[in-house]
Amino acid sequence: MKKISILMPLIAAGMLTVAPAVAQKAESNKAKTVKTAVKGTPVPSVGTASQVKELPAEMSFWMTPAAKLTFPALPYSYNALSDVIDSLTVAIHYDRHHRAYYTNFIKAIEGTEMEVLSIYEIFNKMSEFPVSVRNNGGGFYNHVVYWQNLTPGGGVKPSGLLAEEITKAFGSYDAFITRFADAAKTRFGSGWAWLAVDFKTGELFITSTANQDNPLMNTEERRGFPILGIDVWEHAYYLKYQNKRADYIESFGKIINWKDVEARYQYFLQARKNFLN
Amino acid sequence: MNFEFPALPYAYDALEPHIDKMTMEIHHTKHHRAYYDKFIAAIKGTDLENKGLDEIFAGVSKASVAVRNNGGGFYNHNLFWEVLSPGGGGAPSGKLADAINSSFGSLDDFKARFNDAAANRFGSGWAWLIVKADKSLAVTSTPNQDNPLMDVNDVHGRPILGLDVWEHAYYLKYQNRRPDYIGAFWNLINWEKVAENYEKAL
Repeated sequence: MKKISILMPLIAAGMLTVAPAVAQKAESNKAKTVKTAVKGTPVPSVGTASQVKELPAEMSFWMTPAAKLTFPALPYSYNALSDVIDSLTVAIHYDRHHRAYYTNFIKAIEGTEMEVLSIYEIFNKMSEFPVSVRNNGGGFYNHVVYWQNLTPGGGVKPSGLLAEEITKAFGSYDAFITRFADAAKTRFGSGWAWLAVDFKTGELFITSTANQDNPLMNTEERRGFPILGIDVWEHAYYLKYQNKRADYIESFGKIINWKDVEARYQYFLQARKNFLN
Repeated sequence: MNFEFPALPYAYDALEPHIDKMTMEIHHTKHHRAYYDKFIAAIKGTDLENKGLDEIFAGVSKASVAVRNNGGGFYNHNLFWEVLSPGGGGAPSGKLADAINSSFGSLDDFKARFNDAAANRFGSGWAWLIVKADKSLAVTSTPNQDNPLMDVNDVHGRPILGLDVWEHAYYLKYQNRRPDYIGAFWNLINWEKVAENYEKAL
């Protein structure tokens, strides 16, 4: 919590570029900051390396004009998750599928008004933009969350405020896991299951989305900030599990990086007002 | 109706090297079988039990999502296995060839249209060659296990050729290279069966 409070002013600065329309309404001098930020001034320093780790690149991610977003490195080696996800799957998933979404997203926004918007601003107007932006922008963002949500030797239960909120929303941690797994198992075809924070109420909720959609998009009925996502496209598990999606989902708990999930939750609590639609 | 789970009309390794044995085996005995079992369970004790698939699909928007997903998965794979053959490939002949030429310009133009439909279906789904109500041919694609017989789709018609582009249809061999799988499909098409489907649809 202490680290969070140190970072608050920086988060506040980051928040402005997330929703410039809101910021411009609020204060004109701050709106100027927004304008330069979206034109691509260097991302402000966000503190020491250990502090950045607490908030996994979230601030700079939401501050960056979409055209300047980079393809992030995988935070571990291809074989690091091999108890649950084999290294060939991770290699192809990251270096082929994820990279293709990234490349096609950048291509799809090139030369358009979307270049200077943050990726949230794009998701927030998703229905107005071409389907290639929706599919590839979603595919890019969703996998960024996915890789950071996972870690070798994960699976330690959540703690602190997030643990309390999970109990409040679902009854218990085990009940949450069951509900989350059900959402993942029953998503027919390709898609994702999510643990997200409701934009309006701040409550945790479980949802699932088709294809590469996510709860940030204005095409979703219930919108919120994703803090944990499981990819249930067959490409996420087919080489190891084939038709046994349930086995993949049940093993998934062993590699959840709860520290990352908690950091996302904390980030959203700080930045919440910028994610209202 | 008495719906039966069909045997594969050839051996699991018969479509090698274009579709590998393990893919065929899992696809038929696990995926297709599960759709069949769940479809039977979904219609059991309902008024759909005594209807044919055509009738069920024509009113599928009013049925449960389990009927739509599993009934579609059952029917779609029935057609898919039939239009593939170890001695397939080549070109259609006779009336079907004429119809393809008149609808699409040429066989190559048809192939290009079909390839696009299969490649551009985002996520899970199928590409189809269908006979529309006016007897003309059209290429279309549907998400998940929907098909053009269902009243939930904009484009209606009777499928005479279908290609499964769910990742389970090709991932073990082709991984992210869906276009390579689509390319290999043309070596397997049982055009005689497609021509027979066309005659029946007219």
